[in-house]
Amino acid sequence: MDTIFYTYQEFYTHTKAIAYLLMVAALIGIACFWKFLSGKDDADQDRTL
Amino acid sequence: MSISRRKFLGWVGAAGVGTVVARSAHASGNKHFEGYPGSFGVLHDMTRCVGCRSCEAACNHVNSLPAPEQPFTDLSVLMQERRTTEKSFTVVNKYSVASRQTPLFRKIQCNHCLEPACASACFVKAFQKTSTGAVIYDPSVCVGCRYCMIACPFEIPAYEYNEALSPRVMKCTLCYPRISQGQLPGCVEACPMEALTFGKREDLIETARERIRQFPGRYVDHIYGETEMGGTSWLYLSGVPFSQVGMREDLGVTPAPELTFGALSVVPIVAGLWPVLLTGIYAISKRKEIIFQQELEAVKKAAQSRSKEEI
Amino acid sequence: MSATTSRGSQTWFTPFNVITSAIIIVGLVITFLRFTKGLGAVTHLSHDNPWGLWISFDLLVGVALAAGGYVTSAAVYLFGLRKYHSAVRPAVLTGFLGYALVVFALHYDVGRPWRLPYPFIMQQGTTSLLFEVAACVALYLTVLFLEFVPAALEWLGLKRVRDLITRLTLALTILGVVLSTLHQSSLGALFLIAPSKLHPLWYSPYLPVYFFVSSIIAGLSMVIFESTLSHHYFADKMDQTHLDEKEGVTLGFGKAASLVLAGYFFIKLMGVAGGDNWRLLGTSYGLWFLVEMIGFIALPAFLYAVGVRNKDLPLIKWTALWTIIGIVLNRLTVGLIAFNWQLPPSRRYFPHWMEIAISIFIVTVGIVVFKFIVTRMPIFYEHPEYKDAH
Repeated sequence: MDTIFYTYQEFYTHTKAIAYLLMVAALIGIACFWKFLSGKDDADQDRTL
Repeated sequence: MSISRRKFLGWVGAAGVGTVVARSAHASGNKHFEGYPGSFGVLHDMTRCVGCRSCEAACNHVNSLPAPEQPFTDLSVLMQERRTTEKSFTVVNKYSVASRQTPLFRKIQCNHCLEPACASACFVKAFQKTSTGAVIYDPSVCVGCRYCMIACPFEIPAYEYNEALSPRVMKCTLCYPRISQGQLPGCVEACPMEALTFGKREDLIETARERIRQFPGRYVDHIYGETEMGGTSWLYLSGVPFSQVGMREDLGVTPAPELTFGALSVVPIVAGLWPVLLTGIYAISKRKEIIFQQELEAVKKAAQSRSKEEI
Repeated sequence: MSATTSRGSQTWFTPFNVITSAIIIVGLVITFLRFTKGLGAVTHLSHDNPWGLWISFDLLVGVALAAGGYVTSAAVYLFGLRKYHSAVRPAVLTGFLGYALVVFALHYDVGRPWRLPYPFIMQQGTTSLLFEVAACVALYLTVLFLEFVPAALEWLGLKRVRDLITRLTLALTILGVVLSTLHQSSLGALFLIAPSKLHPLWYSPYLPVYFFVSSIIAGLSMVIFESTLSHHYFADKMDQTHLDEKEGVTLGFGKAASLVLAGYFFIKLMGVAGGDNWRLLGTSYGLWFLVEMIGFIALPAFLYAVGVRNKDLPLIKWTALWTIIGIVLNRLTVGLIAFNWQLPPSRRYFPHWMEIAISIFIVTVGIVVFKFIVTRMPIFYEHPEYKDAH
């Protein structure tokens, strides 16, 4: 965070790089969270069906 | 309560540090950027240019470019409007303007934007705005997609289309190797008319303003490059409206990175929200299906029990 | 041409084989020229026109027309429209082949194709829309491969791997839609950096939205169009389910395409309003814009609607073809016709015949590979061992 930016170009290169890493995290994270969220439902379903 | 009091004081202290950090971060300017302080540029005063092509010759020599078909002393090439190519990083064009008795000459080369469109467009960061002001290109990573050429509003980058295996994008470097060693750019050094002035960009803007102030009849009251596309390191003074010497006046003042900022900002939001939305739609349609199955079974059971009763 | 669909015993010298071989030989010769003499020898690209037919047709059109994969799999697996299930495999296959060919074509266009992975492994130009396109296309090609591969594995009899991959169907479908949304729109956003070069009637801050919405239209229309062609040439490969569902697919997708076209018409109009470009409609470019708006957006929206209301299958099929032509024209307009519109005619671009030949060559390679796959793998029918397994 100590980097001093002199141009929009540099600043955006920096922020967009972090955004891309967060996007990967979001895609994996949401998939895992959905598994956790509906984990018990699926188990119930397996029992009933 | 004493613990919470200590905690509270701790928070206050942390908050104080936080504001100090925040202030220094703000001082480094995370909202507004004005380019590298003290970076160099060149002022091209078209009213002084005589179209001798000395700058073209010097550029060719300094950059070790191939010899041209016609020698640089041959001024007949000025009859045609030319653009930069992979073999000439700068060209001078002649413009005969009705309002003047003598023609005007304009030198074209990379304008070294403060916020270069080529750098914004490049997907391997082959272009870089350096602290000297020069926008330089690194052929060792270039893939050759030529998106920089699409992006450049001044139509400067050229491509080695006839290289089979190692084509490069070619453009003026503001003589980056020379100015890094304290030398003048080749073209500026060669100019016999002092039509080109090298210096710190902010000083050049002052110089240009001063000239307009002193000779209001000689110049149009505009420094081309001061604000165009967010500003360029090359600046121009002209005696006639810039559109009459082939320069576009409709480029606007928006720096290139801002043009794509909106579209790029949507990307992470789509990546974050689309999976939520789509999973939701999936869950709804799946649930409908399950309910349908359950109802179907209930109906079947009811039908079965009814038929049993009847028997 | 029907002779080409029957197997074995027949002579190799069918019209299909002769024509495709000729195209492929010409293509290989030009390929040799391209990589020995450079782009200058086989294209009319210039410093003013760095992107030509290979970007506008092979990339922009190619990606738009390959949208059937994500549209169909989203309809079936996410929106629960199970009755279109038999359309998934052909759509995913054409999507996969489409993207593979786009990447193949890019090897001709970029200066140093062996460096195509550089944006990922060397330096990341994160401010570039092209970086986003490259990342999404690379990932989506992988997703489409994984969506397609169960068919190949069924053909090869590798049951365990196949079952493992089919368990990923939901995740792959969602990822596919996310990636498609992003790169379909970003192909339009590529031009946002050049407001001074693209004609104001096509340049709009909504350009990415237009590209995304029109890709849905292209995807739906391509599924209808392909199913018509496939039914003509590969009917013997289709099982009863596929044949039974075909009519439903055409009607359902036609209805969807009609609705999306209507929406597309209005958002295009809002773009004109946003830029206050009404007066430009009276110019020659304006006329071309109106041809697109009325002839290739409003008209097919109406024709699809009439076709769906009257259950007129031939009308829907012809409208699908018309719509596809409209999308092709739109991409060529943004990439070539309306781009650099301010340059004098002498500095404008028209493709070299060898550029056209390479584009034809690449499409031909796609058709040959498609034919190879559908005559061998379970695309138009369900593999007997995997009935109802998906």
